[in-house]
Order: sequence, then structure tokens, then C-alpha cells
Amino acid sequence: MATITWIKGGRLIDPKSKQDEIADLFIRDGKIATKPDSTELADATIIDATGLVVAPGLVDLHVHFRVPGQTHKETILSGTSAAAAGGYTSVVCMPNTSPNADNPGTIKQIQAAIRREALVNVFPTGCITKATEGESLSPTGSLSKEGIVAISEGGRCVQNNSLMRRAVQYAHMFNIPVIDHCEDYSLTEGGVMNEGFISTKLGLRGMPREAEEIIVSRNIILSSHSGAHIHLQHISSKNAIDIIRRAKARGINITAEATPHHLALNDSELETFDPNFKMRPPLRTEEDRLAILDAMEDGTIDCIATGHAPHTDYEKDVELDNAPFGIIGLETALSITLEQFYHSKRLSLLGTLALMTYRPSDVLNLGKGALEIGKNADVMIFDPNEEWTPRNKEFHSKSSNSPWIGRTLKGRVKKTLVNGKLVFDNGEIVGEPLPY
Amino acid sequence: MGWHRKDLIGIEELSVEEINTVFKTAEAFKGLLTRNVAKTPVLRGKTVVNLFFEPSTRTRVAFEMAAKRLSADVISLDMKISSTSKGETLRDTVENIRALSADIIIMRHSAPGAARYIADVLDIPVLNAGDGAHEHPTQALLDCFTLREKFGSLEGRKIAILGDIQYSRVARSNIWAMTKLGAEVTLVGPSTLVPRHFEKMGVSVSHDLRSALADKDAVMLLRIQHERQNASAFPSLNEYTSMFGLNKERLSWLKKDAVIMHPGPINRGVEIDSELADSEQSVILQQVTNGLAVRMGALYLCTGGNADAVSA
Repeated sequence: MATITWIKGGRLIDPKSKQDEIADLFIRDGKIATKPDSTELADATIIDATGLVVAPGLVDLHVHFRVPGQTHKETILSGTSAAAAGGYTSVVCMPNTSPNADNPGTIKQIQAAIRREALVNVFPTGCITKATEGESLSPTGSLSKEGIVAISEGGRCVQNNSLMRRAVQYAHMFNIPVIDHCEDYSLTEGGVMNEGFISTKLGLRGMPREAEEIIVSRNIILSSHSGAHIHLQHISSKNAIDIIRRAKARGINITAEATPHHLALNDSELETFDPNFKMRPPLRTEEDRLAILDAMEDGTIDCIATGHAPHTDYEKDVELDNAPFGIIGLETALSITLEQFYHSKRLSLLGTLALMTYRPSDVLNLGKGALEIGKNADVMIFDPNEEWTPRNKEFHSKSSNSPWIGRTLKGRVKKTLVNGKLVFDNGEIVGEPLPY
Repeated sequence: MGWHRKDLIGIEELSVEEINTVFKTAEAFKGLLTRNVAKTPVLRGKTVVNLFFEPSTRTRVAFEMAAKRLSADVISLDMKISSTSKGETLRDTVENIRALSADIIIMRHSAPGAARYIADVLDIPVLNAGDGAHEHPTQALLDCFTLREKFGSLEGRKIAILGDIQYSRVARSNIWAMTKLGAEVTLVGPSTLVPRHFEKMGVSVSHDLRSALADKDAVMLLRIQHERQNASAFPSLNEYTSMFGLNKERLSWLKKDAVIMHPGPINRGVEIDSELADSEQSVILQQVTNGLAVRMGALYLCTGGNADAVSA
């Protein structure tokens, strides 16, 4: 007898099919299904979603789960718990682990950890170059056999243009996209925040926007010549957006993401010298922030990605100059994105959710982020209006390096289902690792 | 008069009244310095710890002498050779020093915001002796105290700050202090060391020395800080001196009898001709002496001293 779950009475939103109505959602043996007959329904597990929104589980193209090697910051279990708590059912993890995911053995090790511990779908990536040192290519073909969905340098950027050109051409042969963190190091050395009035006032070393714009331009040029797909991570500069917009108009095969923090915060946050506002690319000016919102509305930037980068409290509780870059984001991304697009009335709820569901999935062809009959039932149920306040040490992530601690956020995930199984329920992780 | 702060971290957050409270206290202590027994017991039994994570002569010695004149016990630690080089965090270092019953911490550190950070961690007064390129509040207070002695008031006075502004905490603290006290401030130097962003702090920015010096009552020279620069922001020291060094001819572009200031250490022959540093118009050594009185005032106020209770 089939196992049926009946999600009842919610506002069902599937951005991909543009469905937005009060409707029931049925899951049969872990897959989205049509309405079962009445005898099957009699035995169904019922989830009452009255007053809540039922949507595809969110998709994040950019997380750092620190496995292997830095499990004091995050593990596959804690990272996927954070994902489930944030409504995410699919995540793409970056390869800047220790050792780096630049060889088939390390990818196998990551895949084994995913089989043991993952509560949501985790897609690994491999390094562009050996040890992300930017000197010689890692074996993209062998890595692709182990199931990577893209290559990337994690938080780093290949500086040598000749090597990057080869990497892009070579990966294109295997139809493996190249994901790039766009930063010219010669312009950012020693920098801890955006270069501008605030950095000048505070005496902090700046990272100018040119550092991002130059590498975005480089990648667009490389893509235009090779036809290869390059995905540009966490775009933060207004000028870079303008460059991307014109490249897309010319049909160049590039995609781009932006983070919730870059679309919600600007560099004035650094006035507190709080290391939870230190990340790269850095928070930019208000003008840049508004340009990111516009670019997400018009599709220049394809999707939201969190850049979830866990660091422990003792690593972040230091002078700003000495703190590591990066913040966690999985558990707060939905609230922040809702605030910037839905509650601010820039976009509909459906339009807002599109930025976090099928649109990121389409960037890497993951086949996720939609409620299609017969597909695995990855679903999240949330209250767009519930207010909550993130607290230090109350995250499901192992780390608490969040800029949102103590701030009231609007919109909260109530339940998350992966393959039809409840993994997160009203604040608690209830799921088991995914069966393989 | 008002002073309710535990710490002295920066000038940006001070009110004009607070700045004047420091001046009033410093005046009183300056009077004390000329007496036979130039010592007062206000910090007797207190321990002041000087934590210098960056090299310093003038500031460290001035703070040490200021604390001793107030009868405190003083310990100065060169943090380059301490446990931080063994990997201890700044928080752990200062919490340990606090646990040894330090009463006041004076700190210089290369990281902007470091003084604010430990002031928030600790329940004892913290005085910022320089945090990266951010602030150096006692330097600005002693500079303005010196100008005030010369001019009576800074109101309406025209002051040029010349040199490496970008990497200078002295410049930033002085911009706040001088503008709060009513002076008109012009920053001048090469475009790579004096970015236009400074204009939003309420000052003018110029890259033309002659027009920038015209009609100024005072010029403050800043050292070219090689150690803080990523890469050279100008072609060579010779080129800097030829474009922006202060010499006799350029001195004449200022008002007659204009004051020459320098927070030290001076690179003679680079930002200033050696003879000008020693000229009648130079107040460089008065600045140093006033630094002692101002730091006595700051220590006194941050430990709860009443400005009205000290008299010259």
C-alpha cells in the first residue's frame, strides 16, 4: 500500500508553473502525486497548512559545509539541518575544504558523508585548480565521474587569465559549468570592507568595486569566446551588474547570483566593527544594494544564493582585521528575501520564491525547485508573516556568525519535507539522513 | 562640566563640551607640571597597563609619565614579544590582564576598532593610543589644545593638514576635533593619499599645495607612513618632497606667522625642511609637552575624576 501525505488547505505556490492558489498537495511514496482515491486518502498522513504557504523546497547554489577537514565549523549533518530549518531542500557545496575537493578520492569522501548524514539533497562541486592555488588544472573529467555539478575555487578566484581560459574550455567539453568568485586580488590585498566613505572614515582597508568588475568582465569575455557557461557568484557592485546586463543582452552564456546580505545591508553596518558584517565581496554602498534589487527584478541576476560560510565564535570574536570572511545564511535567507521583495511590494510572493527555487536550480540544471507530478516531493511550508528573532547559539548550524542576531525578521519556515519525508517541523529537526 | 565616559576611544563620538572638559582638566594639570613636586595623588593605588602592539616612543612615554604624575603604578608591555605572538586572542590577553587587577588599560593596536572592542569586553577604562588608521584621540586633543593656546580659540581658524592622510589616525582624529571646534580644515596631498571620500567628513580636499596653503593659520604635517601602504601610493620620496614637502618658499604661502605642527616622528628633509622643524613658527615640542597634560586629563576623567575639582 502506498504511503500518502496530504498537505491540506495551504496557499500552494509553484513559481515554475506559475501556480498560486489555495489547493491541496499530495505526496505518494515520496513523489508529488495527483489526488489519490478516497480509500487511500483515508489512510493519508495529513499536514494542515491552513493559513500557510506551501512551496517547493528552496535551492541554494552556494554553501560551505566544511567537510572534510573543518568539521568544528560545520558538518554535512549540521549544515543540512540548517538548510532544512531555512526551507532549503537542495544545496550545492563549495570545494574549498581541507583537503580541497580537487581529486576523485576527496569527492568520494564527501559523497560518503552525504550518504551518511545529509538531511537534504547535497550536490558537490570540484576545484578548478589543484588546491585552489590557481597554478594547474584539477582533473575535471575524473571529478565529473564522481558526480560534481560544477567546478569552482570556493572562496578564491583564478588570477591567471590563461589558466582560467583553459579551465573554461576544458570543463565545457564535459558540459560542466564553471562557478567563479570574481575578485582581482591585486586590488583587494589587505582589504576588509568596501572601499568608500565608510572605510575612509573608519580607517579600514578597502576592497574597491573594480576588483569584482574586472573579473566579471574577464569571465564574460572568456564565455563569449568559448560559449562555455560561467556562473558569477555573489554579485555586489552596480557597475558589475551593468556589465552583466549588457552581456546577457548579447546572448552570452553567463548566469549570476546575489546573497540576501548584499541585497539587504550596506557598508554602513561596519561602523560597529562587528566581524559578522565582514565578508567578501564586502557589503557595498546603498546605491549598489538598490542596483542588486533592480537586477533581481529584471532577471540580470538569476537567483539568490546564501554563500553560507560558517565560522566558530572564537574565530569571529576578534578584531575585525583578524576575523575570517563570511557569514552563515541558510536559516535567515527566506526571511530576508521576503522582506526585500515581497513585504516591500517589489515582487509578488510567487516572483519572490522564484528567485530561490527553480531559477537557481535551472542555473546548474539540478531538476529541483518545482512541484511537478512524479518528481521527488521536496516541499517547504512557511508563514510569510510570522516574526522571529535569531539568537546566538540557537542556529541549527554549528556556527552562529550571523549579522541578523537580535534583529526581528518576518517570515518563518514551519515544515520542510525532502522526498516526501518531514525533516524539519516547527523548530525541530525530525528527519533521518536520506536513504541512498 | 560633563564627562561621563569610562573610555576614550575616538573623537568622533565626543561632544564639544566633552572636548572642552578635557582641555580644562589639562590646563589644570599643565599648571601642576611647573611646580617643584609635579605629582598629584589622584591615581594612587591604581595600576595603569600600557599595551602597545605597535611601536611607539612619544605616545607610550607620555602616557607612562602622565600616569606616574598622577601617582599610578605603570606597567608597559611591548606586545610584540608577549603571548599574542603565541596565538592568544586579544580578548584573552586583555581579560588576563584585567584578572591581574589592572585598573586602566591604554592600548595601541594595528586593527581599527580594536580599542572599542576591548572597551566593550572590559569593565575598566580603556584609552585608545591609536587603533590602526582609525583614531588617535589624545593626539588630536593635544594638537587642538596647542592651537588653542596659540589662538585662544579654533573658531574660524583655517588649518591645512598635509601629507599621508589615507593611512593616518592622527588626521582622522584631528578632522573630527578641529571641525567640532569650529575650524575650517583643508586636507592636501597626492590624490592617492587624500581620496575625495574625506569631503563627507566636513573638510576640503586639495591636491594643489599653493592654493591649499594660502591664508592658512596653521599647517599640520604628517609623516609618510611606508609601513601602512600596500604599494607605493606615489612614485618616490623625492617626488613627494618636490611636490608636497614644506620648505621656506612654500611656508610663505601660508599666513605670516602661521603655526607649523607635526605629531612626530619627523622625517627631516622629506615632508619638512629640517630648519623649518626647528624654527620659531614650529610648535612641535610644545605639542609633546601638552601631550603630557592632556593625557593626565584624559586618565583623570576616565577614572571618574571631576573636572571642576582640579585647579591650576
